[in-house]
Parts: sequence; structure tokens; C-alpha cells
Amino acid sequence: MSYILPWRTGGLLLGAVFFAAVLSVSPIGVSTQFVIFDGILWDAVDPDVVVDSPDAKSGYSSPNAYLNKSGGSYAEDVANPLNYSFVFVLAMMAGAFLSSRLRGGLSPNERVMPAVWRANFGDSPVKRYAAALIAGFVVLYGSRLAGGCTSGHMMSGMMQTALSGYIFAAGAFLAGIPTALALFRKES
Amino acid sequence: MEIVLAIAIGGAFGFVLDRVGATNPGYIIRMLNLSDLHLMKTILSGIGTASILMFAGLLVGLVDPGHVSIKAAYLGVFIGGLLLGVGFAVAGYCPGTGLTAAATGRWDALWFILGGLLGAAAYMLSFAWVETTGILENIAGGKTTLGPIAGTDYPSLIGVPGEWIGLAAGLAFLAIAWLLPDRLTGASTPTVRAPVE
Repeated sequence: MSYILPWRTGGLLLGAVFFAAVLSVSPIGVSTQFVIFDGILWDAVDPDVVVDSPDAKSGYSSPNAYLNKSGGSYAEDVANPLNYSFVFVLAMMAGAFLSSRLRGGLSPNERVMPAVWRANFGDSPVKRYAAALIAGFVVLYGSRLAGGCTSGHMMSGMMQTALSGYIFAAGAFLAGIPTALALFRKES
Repeated sequence: MEIVLAIAIGGAFGFVLDRVGATNPGYIIRMLNLSDLHLMKTILSGIGTASILMFAGLLVGLVDPGHVSIKAAYLGVFIGGLLLGVGFAVAGYCPGTGLTAAATGRWDALWFILGGLLGAAAYMLSFAWVETTGILENIAGGKTTLGPIAGTDYPSLIGVPGEWIGLAAGLAFLAIAWLLPDRLTGASTPTVRAPVE
């Protein structure tokens, strides 16, 4: 438990990071990069997914309506992955990796599933991985429908007093709390 | 220069996410089943801190109003929030914490990411249809804030200067973080923290 920061310190640092982002570039967001990565893979298989288009605002266009929206801004990011938001997410993963190495990493049991899952649903990795796969699908479909996730809507949105941020947070907790109360009755 | 900032701020974000416990799905699940509000208090105080710094920075001219970026409000934001909430509770991961958890060596997080890539692809393919349902149409002015923020064109709900509302909202988030108890359910037993690795 020693490595977990008290909420006051943790909140102060988290707030400082979100402030640093808006001070220097733009608010933090993550879920868009799942689309960009999908686009990169798709474009590798089918080069016609993102094409140069001098008429588009971004200079790129796509036959996919989602990549093509807002003047092809997602198509542009797929064509140029070395952009701020994509590198940000890669660096975020590197930062978490470094932190976990410095605190000695995880136990083999914890790597497979968290203790609270084990207490409620048993030791089967297949069950846990299947649940995580389906949950990931629902989370990213929902995030893209909403136009942001916990970082972009909940944290960045509410810190800027964005109406959309409050609406998103209300939806997330209205669904998340009853789901967790129903599924996880044993603590660990 | 932007890439250097992406590496520095992104790296710090990932490091802090790990140190507040957000890369551990146990903490997220126990926040949502209300048995350990550590992470809730951390997130609320993080929002409050960031809000106060940003709006104070706007007032003194330190923060460029051009960096403010407000997302549109529409019915799909609420529906998407509900969907995220369900998956967030089942897995204990959101997009950012799923990626960082995988980086700390969690295998279940890799399955979450694979599901996430498929879910994002499904949205890409269904976007044209979703648009026809009308749930992406703006409500309440779209990219709306509580109060007007000087130097931006965003519509607002009330006429009081947005910077002062932002400072007040920031203080309110800090107050809620302060006032929330450590737990709301199962209070007969002391808080059992997820095991430390």
C-alpha cells in the first residue's frame, strides 16, 4: 500500500498534470487514439482508407465517414501518427511502466486479474479475459459515441466547466455504480 | 516542441495514474461499489485543483484562452457515458487506465485494449448510421460552458463570468472530495485495500 499516494497528494499531482496540459498545448484526451490506431492498422491493410486530398481542410480524406469528419482531422492523424495526442498516449504508457518498475512490479496473481474479481468470480483467467474484452468493446464504443472518455470528458471537461463533461460523468456513474454494486458484493 | 511536451506531460500523467492506484482495476471497482472512495476523492480533488489553476491562469493572463477546448453536448454524450459506466464497472478499466495498466504488466488489460480497438472500429463503421438517428445533434447550444469564458466564443448557460464560476466549481470539487467519507458501503468492516504488489 505504501506506494499509493494519499488522495490529497495524488489529487494535487493529477490536477497539476491536467493544468500543465491546458497551459502548454490542449486538454488531455485518450479515447480518440484507439480510433487513430485502428486507422493506422486499417490503412496498412488497405492504403485507400486515408488519401491525400488538397480540397479537405486537413489535406487528407477517407471513404470512412468517421475518419473523414471535421475536414478529415482523424484521417490526418492516421497519416501522421507522430502527432501530439498519439505520442502523448505512448508516453503515458511509458510513464506508468516506469512507475510500476520503480515499485517492484506486480505479483503473478495480480497480473492476471485484480483480487476483487477473484473474490467474486473465482480464479478462471478465461472468464476474466472474456469479460475484459467485452467491457473494452462497450467502453470504447460508448466513449466514441460520447466524443470522449474519463480523461477527455470527465476530467478535462468538468475542469473547464463544460456542460458535456457533467452530462458524461452523470451517465458514467449512474450506470457504473449500480453495475459494480450488483457484480462485486465481496470485497476481496 | 509539441512532441517534447507530449512526452513530458504524457509521461507524468501515466506515472501519476499509477501512483494514485488508477492502473489497479481493484481501486476502480471498489470506487464504483462504494467500498473504498480513495480514487473518487483523488479524481475530484484533481479536477478541483486543475480547475482552480486553469481559471486563475486565465484571469491573470497566464493561460491562453485559445487552449480552452470544450466538447459538444448531445444526447449521445449521456448514452455513451452510460455505456462507458457499465464497462468501467465490469473491467475496472477506462481507456486511459486500461492502456497504462497494460504497461504495468496486467494481462487482462491487454484483452480490454483488444476489445477497445474492436469497439472503436465498430463505431467508425456505424458512425454514418448513428448520425441518422439524431442523437449526435447538439443540445443546449452544443459546446456550452457554465459561464462565458473571455477570449472564447463558447455559448454559456448563465451570464456570470465563467472564470469566477470555474474557480467556484473548483472549490466545490475540493470540498466534495474533502467531505466524502472513505467508504459508503460495508462500513462495519474496516476498509480493505487491494493487495499491494
